[in-house]
Amino acid sequence: MSARANILARIRTAQGRAVTGHSEEREAVAQYIAAHPQGPRPQVDADIEARFRDRALNLSTTIDTVTTVADIPAAVARYLRDLNLVSTAVCWPEFAGLDWAAQGLRVEVRSAGGDDLVGITGAFCAIAETGTLMMCSGPDTPPATSLLPETHIAVVSRNRIVTGMEDGWALLRRERDALPRAVNFISGPSRTADIEQTVTLGAHGPYRVHLLLLP
Amino acid sequence: MQITSMHFKARAGAKLADVRLQGALKKLQGNFVKGRADRVAELDNFQDIRDAAAAIRDRALANLDVWLDTFERNATARGTVVHWAETHDDVNRIVKEIAAQHGVRKVIKSKSMVTEECALNDALIGAGLEVIETDLGEYILQLAKEPPSHIVAPVVHKTREEVSDLFAEKHNAPRLTDIPALCREAREKLRPHFLSADMGVSGANFIIAETGSTLIVTNEGNGRMVTTLPRVHVAITGIEKVVPTLEDVTTLLRLLPRHGTGQSITNYISVTTGPRRAGDLDGPEHFHVILVDAGRTKLIGGDLQEMLRCIRCGACMNHCPVYQSVGGHAYGWVYPGPMGAILTPTYIGLENAPDLPNASTLCGQCSVACPVKIPLPDLLRKLRERQFEQGLKPWHEVAALRAWGWLAQHPSVYGLMTRIKVRALKAMANREGMIRSLPFGGGWTDRRDFPAPAGKTFREMYKAKNKN
Ligand code: SF4
Repeated sequence: MSARANILARIRTAQGRAVTGHSEEREAVAQYIAAHPQGPRPQVDADIEARFRDRALNLSTTIDTVTTVADIPAAVARYLRDLNLVSTAVCWPEFAGLDWAAQGLRVEVRSAGGDDLVGITGAFCAIAETGTLMMCSGPDTPPATSLLPETHIAVVSRNRIVTGMEDGWALLRRERDALPRAVNFISGPSRTADIEQTVTLGAHGPYRVHLLLLP
Repeated sequence: MQITSMHFKARAGAKLADVRLQGALKKLQGNFVKGRADRVAELDNFQDIRDAAAAIRDRALANLDVWLDTFERNATARGTVVHWAETHDDVNRIVKEIAAQHGVRKVIKSKSMVTEECALNDALIGAGLEVIETDLGEYILQLAKEPPSHIVAPVVHKTREEVSDLFAEKHNAPRLTDIPALCREAREKLRPHFLSADMGVSGANFIIAETGSTLIVTNEGNGRMVTTLPRVHVAITGIEKVVPTLEDVTTLLRLLPRHGTGQSITNYISVTTGPRRAGDLDGPEHFHVILVDAGRTKLIGGDLQEMLRCIRCGACMNHCPVYQSVGGHAYGWVYPGPMGAILTPTYIGLENAPDLPNASTLCGQCSVACPVKIPLPDLLRKLRERQFEQGLKPWHEVAALRAWGWLAQHPSVYGLMTRIKVRALKAMANREGMIRSLPFGGGWTDRRDFPAPAGKTFREMYKAKNKN
């Protein structure tokens, strides 16, 4: 018998269920999945944008506001200049048409490699409860861009801020047929506390996460 | 990982005397215990969430085979190859086969306790592969050739000075002492490995039946690298880790980081479903999941099944006075603390870990802290009973209890014996009324004095009082 059959049979035998013929159980499982009920959710203040900002700042994310998409390059240039960072970056295709050069930036439209220092991305949505970005992988949304660079800049629309992770899943169920290869929830810059329990930002991923909030 | 759980008592004694370790363990209490309390207080309905979390785990365990089968079907539909492993050796063999099939030479790993159970690193290195741990804590341990001492903070037993010395020696570089500088040093050492590895091996905090996905939580981002960059990915996890739906896993994620590291959420939660899709620029070309039994089905269906609810948060050890005093290495295998005191004897055999069910004061802190309401002290008690039934208690302990039992049923002999004993003990006391060293009771008096009795038994005093 295969390992699979052995393990499954051991489980059923140990729990006193017949080894074959469990269509009722399968039916119950399918029904539960179809219903996918939500669990109890903690209270989150009605002003979800304020909650999102508060939580994101707490996680060492920084936030700036821009009024139109065309203002993004200036906001990026300002942020990089203020922190004395490089003026080169890679970005997702959705920002390809912006006039980066006018702000003195050299921005390439491609996925980030190991040496890229700044990555500019969008986000699928943002979660107020925890100050988190929800990212979905895809040909135009490569995850490496939010991971490999030392600085991650993400553009998020205010109308894509949802209350909790459940609402992120609901949005995904509504807008897509299936899960993408990777859904990454990002809550601030990467960190470690492995040495003497001392929190240090910038473990393997970004040292900085900066958000540009669009109306 | 080599099993040394036989020697708990001897090791525990040595750990108690290790001043450096005692300092390190104090920090854990401060950060993780207080962090958990603070983060739990953020939830207005914490107990409801906790009840729901336990129910979600029980739902999965009640029909575990059907949920696993559902997971397998949905994962396979997304291009994942699902393997089943009955033993640790099976896991190692399967990983070696996958590596050979894809011409793998370099393997990067994110933290996985299941692979520690299997001693996977040794097996892969033995097969001629290069294996690099990428979680900072696990990387330090790999350099130091040591096992982890905590399931969440594997290197909690080491000080910054030790890490400085280790890096300077192994990296052949100037000795850095500042913690951020040490972290950067590791980052720069590991980055090239992330980019050049052929295979990424990770565990999974949960697998989701509804979508056939694996989920990992990390703070460092190494988990994302390991699942994104190499062309082959292998996720290895216990069969009990299955959760029905995305909504269910969301409920569990409200508790896991809070109880694990005192965070409301970890930096990264990655839900991965199969290999890269058409047009994707990154992600592995081959995605394998290995579902591991290796002792888990021994807990199914019996009076210890509740243990399989465990989500490996580590709260029970952080809150355990025994763990806090002796640290993780004393337990002698992958899983320390109260959860380990149950898992280790059941996975590797009670006879190989006779002290562990007894390495507890049954104070109950662990079950109060456990996010999925596992009644850990009750389970420990059941293991103790089993130990007695199987005749695995040491003969002198059984003999002593028998003798005591006989005495307790013979009040006059009991009275005589206690009268002799309290007098003898009083005679041994020094001027402060303390006994420096007890014959046959070294464990009591090695590190503290024993207060001597007054010289009369309670019954004698009671009788005297009633006469007056
Ligand atoms: S037994 Fe409970 S507290 Fe301990 S690691 Fe498992 S889930 Fe966490």
